[in-house]
Amino acid sequence: MTRQYMTLLLGLICSQGVVAQSQAFEPYEQKLPGTALSFKMVPIKGGSFTLGSPDNEKGRNKDEGPAAAVQLSDFWMGATEVTFDEYDVYADAEKDKTPIPDGMTRPSPPYIDLTLGMGKSGGYPANSMSQYGALMYCRWLYAKTGVFYRLPTAAEWEYACRAGATTAYPFGNDAAALKDYAWFKENSDQKYHKVAQLKPNAWGLYDMLGNVAEWTMDQYEETGVAQASGKDPWIHPTAKTPRVVKGGNYQDAAPQLRSAARLKSDPVWNRRDPQIPKSFWWNADAPFVGFRIVRPVQQPTAIEAAQFFEEMIDKYKGAR
Amino acid sequence: MEREHDKFHDQSRRSFVKQTSLLAGGLLAMPVLSKANFFSGSSDVIKVALIGCGGRGTGAATQALSTKENVELVAMADAFPDRLKDSYDNIKEALGEKANRVKVPEQNKFTGFDAYKQAIALADVVILTTPPGFRPIHFEEAIRQGKHVFMEKPVATDPAGIKKVLEAAAVAKSKKLNVVVGLQRHYQNSYRELYKRVQDGMIGEILSTQVWWNQGALWVKPRKPEYTEMEYQMRNWYYFNWLCGDHIVEQHIHNIDVSNWFMGATPLTAGGMGGRAVRTGKEYGEIFDHHFVEYRYANGVVMNSQCRHWKDAPSKVDEEIVGTRGRIFCDKGTIVSHKGKVLYQFDKTKENNPYQTEHDELFAAIAKGEYRFQDAERGAEATLSAIIGRLATYSGQVINWQVALNSGLNIQPQRYAFDAPPPVLPDASGNYAYAKPGQTKYFTT
Repeated sequence: MTRQYMTLLLGLICSQGVVAQSQAFEPYEQKLPGTALSFKMVPIKGGSFTLGSPDNEKGRNKDEGPAAAVQLSDFWMGATEVTFDEYDVYADAEKDKTPIPDGMTRPSPPYIDLTLGMGKSGGYPANSMSQYGALMYCRWLYAKTGVFYRLPTAAEWEYACRAGATTAYPFGNDAAALKDYAWFKENSDQKYHKVAQLKPNAWGLYDMLGNVAEWTMDQYEETGVAQASGKDPWIHPTAKTPRVVKGGNYQDAAPQLRSAARLKSDPVWNRRDPQIPKSFWWNADAPFVGFRIVRPVQQPTAIEAAQFFEEMIDKYKGAR
Repeated sequence: MEREHDKFHDQSRRSFVKQTSLLAGGLLAMPVLSKANFFSGSSDVIKVALIGCGGRGTGAATQALSTKENVELVAMADAFPDRLKDSYDNIKEALGEKANRVKVPEQNKFTGFDAYKQAIALADVVILTTPPGFRPIHFEEAIRQGKHVFMEKPVATDPAGIKKVLEAAAVAKSKKLNVVVGLQRHYQNSYRELYKRVQDGMIGEILSTQVWWNQGALWVKPRKPEYTEMEYQMRNWYYFNWLCGDHIVEQHIHNIDVSNWFMGATPLTAGGMGGRAVRTGKEYGEIFDHHFVEYRYANGVVMNSQCRHWKDAPSKVDEEIVGTRGRIFCDKGTIVSHKGKVLYQFDKTKENNPYQTEHDELFAAIAKGEYRFQDAERGAEATLSAIIGRLATYSGQVINWQVALNSGLNIQPQRYAFDAPPPVLPDASGNYAYAKPGQTKYFTT
């Protein structure tokens, strides 16, 4: 992290008059500077919950337990998955009216269009990016807005998804209602759909289940849930891969969409990238993966934020 | 696969090469592999040279070195020292614990336009992954020196280059040299399964084919003051036809080739339209940003082919084969009846990585002393199919396959050197002339 970049961050925060703590804890819209775009953020009131699933949940995998009681602080979460309209302001210099912040780079374009014809502009979820590509977007967004956004932890994600429910799905144990909330194997026609077309969960979050699966910033460990305890648990990465991916996707059957289900990211998601070095930014074979962002109420200082991005992005360049 | 393909060829088609039957395995004398050698002392080592050290070449070399056989990279060649160095470092990094398979001492790193000759001489197998304009001379030299070949598509950018490749392909056969071309759908499980079902009659007779490569924009490398025009074009090879052939040849060849494969034939004619709708700047050289070509086969079947590089327009890379009894959506791996009933669905969990498989199969054959692969002709057929598409969209005329093949059209430079003029030059404001349908002429059609 250059001193110049640090100063820039501070400068931005001051010049744009964004003081993160001044945001009342209620829903708000974040504008993307220099564009007509904005995205909705929903307050998620912290509290205690049980992470993981009970032994007797139908379709349960071993890595979902033993379930653990944990507490979470307040945060906001994106009402929808990050869309390509939004991501492209970062990825495409022609769409960004403001220069790229010092020391940052834009994603190199993938060697083929990884939307695979499923749709791009007009509210489709951004897909196929590596965890690195998702986190770099957060870093760019911070430089643009002065607000610290990041990926959710696996615990934050599951807490927000359950929205108070202890059942397999946020709406109960019967998968029959899934089609009202989620794009998955039974109703997706093998493709993702525009965000927020179906019902949200009780806390106003759309497409938590299905559509594109979502990156979290936990390293995947078989015992990740068992290890969780106390406040704001997070399995910190110690390597570039694997990470925990949540929510299931448009190709999945109902059991993979349970709130507790955890998917492990895999290098095979990029095996068809025929170039070496393989892209840091994209997964050539994971059209089903995307992300949504969170904003912790307790915002880090500029120095803490810079450290976070160094730890998560620079240390594990090309994390996937 | 290959023998089926040959049998399936419509004998009435205007084949421009004599069909030869494949031997069932290595019954004839094969070129002898390097035995105990000064690198490893191992007797079963297969030595590889990489010619063209860009991203794809680096990938192909890594795949070759990741096979089960005892493969070593012993020589590298590229026009540019910086590309070669990056490639060398990246191959070693990508191989991880197999990095000791990279044995390229400084004296075996060759740069410049003639580097390929020296690198080829040191190997049993050569990987040809430079921009496609050079492929004919590189392939010819590799075969002349008696080497097995993996070469990327396309295999030429003009009809004269196609002729050269076909002549070398005939020599490769007589010498029993394996040649694999990177039209990797032939090495992909889903396509192999779909092809089998076409052979078994699941969709009846083919009535038409539709093929697409629609995508967004590609890379551009900024011009630097120290570049000669030749160096600038070499570094931005995608935008110049003598090097690239236009994207209909460089990328869309994959989909055109699938149509030819399933038809068991090559098109007789091509007519179509294209132009520069959105990608109009001088940094985009002389190539079009869209082509739509109607190809006709001898039996009247039409292949509708479209390809484009339009940022922010929907993408589609696929083939659809329509038969009397049903249709195939190749990318989905699905065959449906005309009433919409699913007749076959390829299980996507059984998909392989075809970029790896093409090397696995090639090196397994070489290690066993088998002669199994003669992809060069097919590569030339697919490439010429795409080239006549370009000639059609550029000229606005209907281009006949045979006339084009025999035209001798050659768009290569007189001399390969950084101080030599490339065959197309910018005007005073840095713009390159591009084709004007109706005005652009190649030969009497």
